[in-house]
Amino acid sequence: MHLYQPPLEDYNFILHHFLKIEKEDIEGYKDLSPEFTRPIFEEAGKLASEVISPSNKDGDEQGCKLENGIVRTPESFKLAFDKLRAGGWLSLDIEEEFGGQNLPLILSTVTNEMFTSANMSLTMYSGLSRGAYSAIFLHGSEDQKQMYLPKLANCEWTGTMNLTEPHCGTDLGLIRTKAILTENGSYEVSGQKIFISSGDHDLSENIIHLVLAKTPDAPEGVKGISLFVVPKFLVNDDGSLGERNKLSVGKIEKKMGIKGNATCVMNYDGATGYLVGEENKGLKAMFTMMNEARLGVGMQGLAQAEIAYQAALNYAKDRIQGRAIQGKANPDQSADPIIVHPDVRRNLMEQKSFIEGARGFIAWAAVLLDKAKRDGDKNAEGIASLLIPVIKGYVTDKGFEYTINAQQVFGGHGYIEEWGMSQYARDCRIAMIYEGTNGIQALDLVGRKLAMDGGKHMREYLKLVQNFIKEEHSKDFENDFIAPLKKSIEHLQAALLFFMENGLKNPLSAVSGATDFLHLVGLVSLGFIWSKKAQSAEEQLKNPLSDKNFLEAKILTGSYFMNRQLPETRLRLDKILTGEKQVMSLAANQF
Amino acid sequence: MKILVPVKRVLDYNVKARVKADGSGIDLANVKMSMNPFDEIALEEAIRIKEKGNAEEIIAVSIGVQQNQETLRTALAMGADRAILVVATDDVHNDIEPLTVANILAAITLKEGPSLILCGKQAIDNDFNATAQMLSAKLKWSQATFASEIDVKDDIIRVTREVDGGLQTIDAKIPAVVSVDLRLNEPRYASLPNIMKAKRKPLEEINPADLGVEITQRLKVIETKEPDSREAGLILENIDQLVEKIQENVGG
Ligand SMILES: Cc1cc2nc3c(=O)[nH]c(=O)nc-3n(C[C@H](O)[C@H](O)[C@H](O)COP(=O)(O)OP(=O)(O)OC[C@H]3O[C@@H](n4cnc5c(N)ncnc54)[C@H](O)[C@@H]3O)c2cc1C
Repeated sequence: MHLYQPPLEDYNFILHHFLKIEKEDIEGYKDLSPEFTRPIFEEAGKLASEVISPSNKDGDEQGCKLENGIVRTPESFKLAFDKLRAGGWLSLDIEEEFGGQNLPLILSTVTNEMFTSANMSLTMYSGLSRGAYSAIFLHGSEDQKQMYLPKLANCEWTGTMNLTEPHCGTDLGLIRTKAILTENGSYEVSGQKIFISSGDHDLSENIIHLVLAKTPDAPEGVKGISLFVVPKFLVNDDGSLGERNKLSVGKIEKKMGIKGNATCVMNYDGATGYLVGEENKGLKAMFTMMNEARLGVGMQGLAQAEIAYQAALNYAKDRIQGRAIQGKANPDQSADPIIVHPDVRRNLMEQKSFIEGARGFIAWAAVLLDKAKRDGDKNAEGIASLLIPVIKGYVTDKGFEYTINAQQVFGGHGYIEEWGMSQYARDCRIAMIYEGTNGIQALDLVGRKLAMDGGKHMREYLKLVQNFIKEEHSKDFENDFIAPLKKSIEHLQAALLFFMENGLKNPLSAVSGATDFLHLVGLVSLGFIWSKKAQSAEEQLKNPLSDKNFLEAKILTGSYFMNRQLPETRLRLDKILTGEKQVMSLAANQF
Repeated sequence: MKILVPVKRVLDYNVKARVKADGSGIDLANVKMSMNPFDEIALEEAIRIKEKGNAEEIIAVSIGVQQNQETLRTALAMGADRAILVVATDDVHNDIEPLTVANILAAITLKEGPSLILCGKQAIDNDFNATAQMLSAKLKWSQATFASEIDVKDDIIRVTREVDGGLQTIDAKIPAVVSVDLRLNEPRYASLPNIMKAKRKPLEEINPADLGVEITQRLKVIETKEPDSREAGLILENIDQLVEKIQENVGG
C-alpha cells in the first residue's frame, strides 16, 4: 500500500508564486508568508503521511460495525483522530472565540487536501462537524453557540447533516420528518433519515445531529422546512452530558467505498430537538454554507486523484516490462520501467496536468471565498458562487476518472485489492453523488448561476480571462498557452450565446447541455489557471537560485494540458449546440 | 535546571540522497531538509524532563546556514523555550566538523549555563557520532552515550545505554552530556497552536566570532560515490549448483 507524501513544493508554488497570497489585501492574509505556511504544512503533511495514511486501509478492510446500537470504527481511526484533535488541526479555520486559530480558508483547504488524500473516510467525520459548526455559528441562538460550538470546534463532539430520507434526496421539498413544538420550547422530532454520514461512531463523546424536518402546519415543499439541532446525548445547562436522546441507528449501509465512514439510517422517535434560526427557513440556512461544503467535496475528487497518482507514479518507475521504443533505457536489466512507454506517459500526464491544475483552481476559489467572507467582497463572492458547482462537478467527475487511470498503470495488479488502487476509485466515487449529484451541479450552474445578478458573474469571469489574454506574452507562451486558451474561451462564448438565444424560449435545449457546459467551464478554468501558473514559473526561472527542474516541469505539464486536454472544449460545444434534439428524442417507452 | 539541545538541519530522511556531479558531496540545493531525527528524540526527551518538573528551560541551538532558522522554529514548536542560531557558513554544502561544533557548543554552554546537554548520538548525514563525546571532554563533564532510557534525580542522571548485545545502566553526575539513541522515545507532532506560538518565541542569531570560535576545516572529502547498483540475481536449479557457486565465490 502506498503511503501518502504531501506535495509541499506544489502548495508553496501555488500559494506563494501563482496566487501570491501574502500580497493579497485580505483580512488575515498579511502574515501568510512562505515562512508562515511552511512549518504548518510540513507538520500537517507529516501527520498525514505517518499517522493518517496508515489507517486508510483499515477503514476499507474492517469498515464500521454496529454493535449493540453503537457504531465501532477501526482502532487506527481513533488513534489518528485523537492526534488530529490534540494537534488542533481540526479547528484551524475556526473563530478564536470558540477555540480555533481563525486562519483563512486557503490554509485549511491545503491541510484538508492532505488529510483527505491520506484517509477520506476519516476526514469526513471532521468535515461534517465543520458543517454543523457553521450552521450553528451562522444561524443558532447565542445559547446554542455557547453550548455547542466550543465542543464542535475541535471535534470533541462531532456533527452530522440529516437531509436525505428514503423517498427524497435531490428534491428536499418532499421530506416527512416531523417536529412538534412542546411546552418547554423544544421540539419532538420523529422520522427516518437515511445515508447519514458519520451518523454514529466511537470517535467522540457526543454527536450533534442537524436535522431538516417539518412542523405540523408548515407550507408545502421547500418553503416549509425547518432546521433542528438534535444531540445524541442531551446537554445539561452546565455543559455536562445528560440523558440519551430518543434517536437510534437503524443500520449501517454496506457500500462501494468510504467504508470507514459510517453511513447510517437514523431513526428519530420523538427525539428532543431545538430549532435553529426561524421556522421554515431551514433549507436556506443549510444553503448558506453550501459553497464551503461543495468546495470540500470537490477537494475529495482532487485528493483521491492525487494519492492514486502518487502510487501510480512510483509503480511506473519501478515496474519493468517491455523495451522503450526510443532505445533501451535500462540495458543491464531484462526490461525497462514502464514509465518509458508513451501510453503510460500519456496516462500519467493526464493525471498530473489535471491534478495540479485543479489544485490551483480550488486554491483560487478558496481565496475568493476568503475575500468574500473576510472583506465582504461581493464581486469575489459572485465569481466563487459561479465556480463552486464547477469545482464540485468537474473536479469530482475527473478526479474519479483519474483514479481509474492510475489503476490502469498497475495493469492487473491495480485490480487486486492488495495494492490499494481500487480503494481510491471506490472511495472517490461518492463525491460525484452526494452534496448534490453532479447532474444537479450542472443544473445549478446553467439554471441559476449563469443568470444570477443579471449574468454579472459570468461576465466578470470572462473579463478576467480575456484581460489576461490581452497582456503581453513571449512568443513561445503565446503559442503554447495563449492560443489554446483563446480558442477555448471562444467555445465558451459560443455556448453562452446559444443559451441566450435558445434557453429562455426553450429551457430544455439549454438544460440538455448542462453537464457539457459544466465541463466546458471546468476546462476553460484549468486552462486559465495553467496559463497563469506557467507565467509565474517563467518569471521565477529568471532567478538563478530557483528550482529549475521543478519550474520547467510546471511549464511542460501546463503545456500538456493546454494542448491535449483543453481542446475538449470543442467537443463539449458541439454537443451543447445540438440542444435537446437527440437527448430528448426518444419517448420513455422507446428505451 | 536548563537543558541545552543542539539540533542539526539535515537532508530529510525521506529524500533519496543524490551525489553532486563533481563528487564533492551530496546535492542539497532545493531539496527538503529537516531536523536530524536523533536530535528530535533528544529534544523530545528534554521536553518530557521539563514536563515532569525536572527542568525549567530548554534552549535549542543550531549551527549552520541562515535557513537553520526553520529547524529551530520546529524545535520551538515542539516545546523548546528559546533558540540560538549560530550562522557559521552561507553554503549549505559546507558541513561544520564535529570539533568545531563542540567548540561552539562549549562556548554557548559557558554563556548560558545549562546543566544538561542532550544530543542526538549522530547526524544522519555524516554519521560521525563524535560531537557529544568531544563536547563532554571540552567541558570536563560526565558523559553518557546511546541512551535508551533517562531518569533525572537531583544531581544524578541515570542512563540506560544501548551497548553491543545488551543494555547497560549507569549513573552520571550532572552536569552531563548525554547522547541519545533511537529507542529512547517517539517524538511528538507539534500542535498547530504551538507552531503559531513558536513564531513569537525568542530566536537569537550569533556568529562563531561572537563566541570566539574559529571555523576550521580539518577533514577533506576526497570522493563521494553512490553505492554500486545491485547486479541482477541468478536463479539456480538445485543445491549442488548453490554449493558450487559458493565455493567459486569464496574462492577456496
Ligand atoms: C455514502 C453516502 C453518504 C451520504 N451522506 C449524506 C449525509 O450525510 N446527509 C444527507 O442528508 N445525505 C447524504 N447522502 C445522500 C445523498 O446526498 C443523496 O443520495 C443525493 O443527494 C441524491 O439523492 P437520491 O439518492 O435520493 O437520488 P435522487 O434524488 O433520486 O436522484 C436520482 C438521479 O436522478 C437525478 N435527478 C434527480 N432530480 C433531478 C433533476 N431535477 N434534474 C436532473 N436530474 C435529477 C440525480 O442526479 C440522480 O442521478 C449520502 C449518500 C451516500 C450514498
